[in-house]
Parts: sequence; structure tokens; C-alpha cells
Amino acid sequence: MHELAVTQSMLNLALEHAERAGAGRITRINLVIGELSGIVDDCVQFYFDFVSKGTPAEGAQLAFERLPAWLSCRACGHEFALRNGDWTCPVCQALGGEFIAGRECYMESIEVE
Amino acid sequence: MKVEVVKDILSANEQIAQENRRLFDKKGVFVLNIMAAPGAGKTSLIERTIEPLRDRLRISVIEGDVASTIDADRIARLGIPAVQINTGGACHLDANMIRYALPRLPLDETDLLLIENVGNLICPTGFALGAHLKAMIASTPEGDDKPYKYPGMFSAVDVLVLNKVDLLPLLEFDLETFRRGVEALNPDVAFFPVSCKTGEGVQGWTEWLVERCRTG
Repeated sequence: MHELAVTQSMLNLALEHAERAGAGRITRINLVIGELSGIVDDCVQFYFDFVSKGTPAEGAQLAFERLPAWLSCRACGHEFALRNGDWTCPVCQALGGEFIAGRECYMESIEVE
Repeated sequence: MKVEVVKDILSANEQIAQENRRLFDKKGVFVLNIMAAPGAGKTSLIERTIEPLRDRLRISVIEGDVASTIDADRIARLGIPAVQINTGGACHLDANMIRYALPRLPLDETDLLLIENVGNLICPTGFALGAHLKAMIASTPEGDDKPYKYPGMFSAVDVLVLNKVDLLPLLEFDLETFRRGVEALNPDVAFFPVSCKTGEGVQGWTEWLVERCRTG
């Protein structure tokens, strides 16, 4: 739901790194987004097309690598993916655990010319 | 050509949040980021918190809303310094909004700063403000399934207040179902069932807060 703020930060980060690399144009931005981050891909792309107009990132393709939420069982330490809101450990049946992945929201790399 | 970045997209926000935190620590202000769905009772809990603590702690409030100064006016009527941030549509407060609001508060004369975030169970968790504690207020009419539906929020907070427990006899809200969900996600969370309407349970919450405020 906060895609505009995220997209604006994303654009600034990409432009900063492109400039540092002496690049004229950004063609692709590779993003890693966890399931719990609440980021909707289509929504980011929509805002990105809008806010990147007239910048070296205009027309860049956004690539989203989605990471599922992973839990570590507090009882037995088994690591398992959160499936459809079910937090039961498949090994020991204990409920819940520590989130070890799923909150990611970072830029892995950009591709430039 | 590929350029490695490997940087959190919200790192700019994180950096400003850390600056806010340094300022809070320098001024000796303990800060609470209060998050909840619209109507859960954020402002009511703030009022209920101010009431018994105002003679013991110097309190200031930041109110975040999409529009209007209704909430800040409520707090200002109590004679407590309050600043309203209108996000103009944004679904959360961010560290920069807090940074801009701070000069309008008497930080040197504040022990406890309560920040009421925009009513929303998703977005506020993504944006650090620099607060010492993250609090969530859930309320019984929202239903006992909310921990299961919003794990991001329920697992991210240090303290959880369940408001409107006076309505329990009227609702199909199973406290055990709710607690099981909370326990599964966040077993260390401090949990306070309260009613801001009747005052039930509020003292447990305010005493806990005073203690946390003292220990930092």
C-alpha cells in the first residue's frame, strides 16, 4: 500500500548507483521482495513508470524476485515456509516461530548502459 | 553492464530514523510508535495513558492522520503538547515526517513522546521512526483472527494492547484463539487486555510503560 514511497526511494537509490558507475541509462532494476513486505509488484511498476519519466531510469524494466516467508520453529528449530497462514511446524506440530525471511525489500543490482 | 547495489530500498528512511533516535536519546525522551487499524482506539488509549501519568512524566504527542486535526485537538484540550502530521494520503508515517515535526515539540521538557501512526495494519511496520518501542493496539470488534491475517504487524511489535474488552460478552471473539495467534508469532510480546471506555486493565499498561520508560 505504500508503493509510491517505496518506488520513490527505489528510483533515488538506482539513480545514485547509476551515476556513481558513470552510466547514461538504466535498463533493468533487480529487486528482492519478501512476502511480508506488503509490496505489490504491479503497483510498483505503475508508479515507477510515472516517477521515472525524464530520468535515466525511464523505461527500465523492474524484475521482482519474491521470497516466501520462512519460520524457524521455536520448539525444534526446523525451518519451514509459511503456507496459507498456517504456522504449524511440519516436523513437531508446534505452533509458530521466528520469522527468518520474508521482510526483505532490497535492490540487488541494476543493469546500465 | 551490471552494477551491484544490495541495499535496502528504505535505507534512506532507516538512516533518518537512526538520526531521530540519537536526538531522542540525547534529550532523554522515551518514544513509543503506536500502530493500529482505524478505530481500534489509538487516541483513546493515549488519553487514558496521559490521565494517570501526567503528574509523573512530561508527555508530548505526535498525531499522524491522512487528514484533519481532530486527534491533535483532542490531545491539546488536555493541555498536552501535540503536533498533527497530515500525510495527505500516505498510509503511514515515515522518519522524515517525524524529523520535521520534532522542532514543534518541547523535547527538552518531554520524558515520554507518544507517536500515533496512521490507522493501518500493513504499511507502518515497514517504516522505522526512531522510536524505542513499537506498540500495537488491536480491538475486539476487529475479530480474533487478526494475528493470523496480519503476521507482519503482530510479529513486529514489543507490546500489544487489546482494547474494547468490555464488548467481549457481545462479540464472537475468542480470546484464546487470539492469544494463540499472538503467542505463535510473538511469544515475548507484552500483552494488555484493556477497555479505554471503562478503564479496565489500563493501569497494568501504564505501570508497565512507566517502568520501560525508566529502564530505557
